[in-house]
Amino acid sequence: MAKGLFGSSLMKKFWMALTGIFLITFLVVHCLINAMIFFDDGGMTFNKWAHFMGTNLIIRTMEIVLFLGLILHIVDGLMLYFQNRRARPVKYAYEKASASSTWYSRSMALLGTLILLFLILHLYHFWLKTRITGLTVEPSHIFFDGHRYEDLFSEMKFVFKHLWVVIVYVLGCISLFWHLLHGFRSAFQSLGFNYTKYKSTIAFMGDAFSVIIPSIFAAMPVALYTGWIQ
Amino acid sequence: MEKGMNLKLKIWRQKNTNEQGKIVEYPVSNVSPDMSFLEMIDVLNDSLVAKGEEPVAFDHDCREGICGMCSMFINGEAHGPNRGVTTCQLHMRSFKEGETIYIEPWRSEAFPVIKDLMVDRGAFDRIQQAGGFVSVNTSGRTLDANAIPIPKEDADKAFDAATCIGCGACAATCPNGSAMLFVAAKVSQFALLPQGQVERKERVLNMVKQMDEEGFGNCSNIGACEVQCPKNISIEVIARMNREYLMANVKPEN
Repeated sequence: MAKGLFGSSLMKKFWMALTGIFLITFLVVHCLINAMIFFDDGGMTFNKWAHFMGTNLIIRTMEIVLFLGLILHIVDGLMLYFQNRRARPVKYAYEKASASSTWYSRSMALLGTLILLFLILHLYHFWLKTRITGLTVEPSHIFFDGHRYEDLFSEMKFVFKHLWVVIVYVLGCISLFWHLLHGFRSAFQSLGFNYTKYKSTIAFMGDAFSVIIPSIFAAMPVALYTGWIQ
Repeated sequence: MEKGMNLKLKIWRQKNTNEQGKIVEYPVSNVSPDMSFLEMIDVLNDSLVAKGEEPVAFDHDCREGICGMCSMFINGEAHGPNRGVTTCQLHMRSFKEGETIYIEPWRSEAFPVIKDLMVDRGAFDRIQQAGGFVSVNTSGRTLDANAIPIPKEDADKAFDAATCIGCGACAATCPNGSAMLFVAAKVSQFALLPQGQVERKERVLNMVKQMDEEGFGNCSNIGACEVQCPKNISIEVIARMNREYLMANVKPEN
C-alpha cells in the first residue's frame, strides 16, 4: 500500500502537489485572520477570530491535518531531493543552469529549509504559547462584551518589539515568496493541469498569490514594530 | 585566404566506464566558422592522430539533426548554446574567436560513460521496450493508418511528441537528472492516437516503472528540459503523462 502510494516518482510528485495546494489554502485562511489586526481596533476583531480558531472543533481537527500535511510535504520533499542528487553522481565541470531555468525553481529544497527554520521560531512564538504554555504578556486575557479572550494581539506586539525578530519574519516571508513563485504553478503541472487554454491564468494566479500573501504577512511585524498599528 | 578561428577546448577524457576521467585542454586553430561543431572535433582528432595520440571518442551518426546520436554538453548546455538544434547542427560561428569551450558527456546515473564523450543510453531503449510501442497486426490486409479519422489537433500534438529523437538532452540538462520529458513524449504520442488506446494504461505504468528503475531523478517542473530539447518538445507532455498515470492508477482497466 505505502509502496503504491509513494513508491513511484510520479506518486511522489502528486503528493508534493496535493500537500502544497493544501498548505496554500491554509496560508489564505491564516493571512485573512491575521490581517484583522489592520482594523487597528486594539486587536479586538483579531482576538475574537483567534479565539474562534483556537476553540472551534473543526478548526482544531484541521490543525492536526495541517501538521500531517506539512510533515508529508517535508518528508516527500527530502526524499525527492536525495533521490535527485543520486541521479547525477558526477557533476558537470561547467554548468550554465541559468540559461534554461530560474534559480528559485532549482532551489526549492533550500527555500523550504529556510521556511522551516522560520516556522520553528514562529511556532515557538505563537503556537506553543497559545496551545501549551500560555501567553507571556500580563494580563494574558481580556474581556469584551462579557466574554473572556486570550490577548494574542498584545502577545504579537510583545514579540515584534525586537528588531531581529521582525527581520527574521520578513526574511521568512521573502523565502515563502520565492517558494510559492515556483511551487504554485508547479503543483498544477504535477497534477496534470497544463493546457494552453488556462496555462496563463494559472501562471498569473500563482504570481499574484506569491506576491500578495507574503507581502501581507511581512507587513504585520513591520506595522507592529513601527507602531503603524497600535 | 581568411584565417580561421583559434579556440581552447576543455574536453572530458575517460578511458572507459570504470576508470576516472578528467578534463584535458586542447588548443585548436584554423577552425572555419562554417564548420559544424562535430567537424571541428574531427579536425582536432586528425591532429591528435597525426601526433600519435588517442582521438576523442564521441557519438554521431546522421549529422543532420534527426538521429539523436550526438550528445555533447557544450559550455554548460546540452547541444551547446543554440536552441532547437542538436550538436551536429551547431556551427562554429556561434562561438567567439579565442573562446574557451568546455565539452563534457551527458551526466546521469542512468547514462554511464563508455569512453570520453560517449555515454550508454541503453536506459532509454529499455524504457521504450517497457511500453513505447503499439501492437498492430501486420499480417494479411492491414488497415491503412490514413483511413482512421483523427482530429487535426490530436494528430499535430501526437506528431510534436513523436519528434523526440531520444538524444537524452532532457535528462542531461535536468538539475534533477530526470528523464520525464523523454518518457512523457513517448507516452503522449501514443495516448493521443487511436492505435495507442489498447495498451494505453499499461504503457504509462510500465514506462514510468522502468524509468524509476533506471535511476533517473524526479521532475520538479523546473522546465530546463523543454528549453534545451533540440526538438522543442513542451513540458505539456509531462502534464499529459501525469494525467495518464493518475488515471491508470485510479482505473487500471481500459
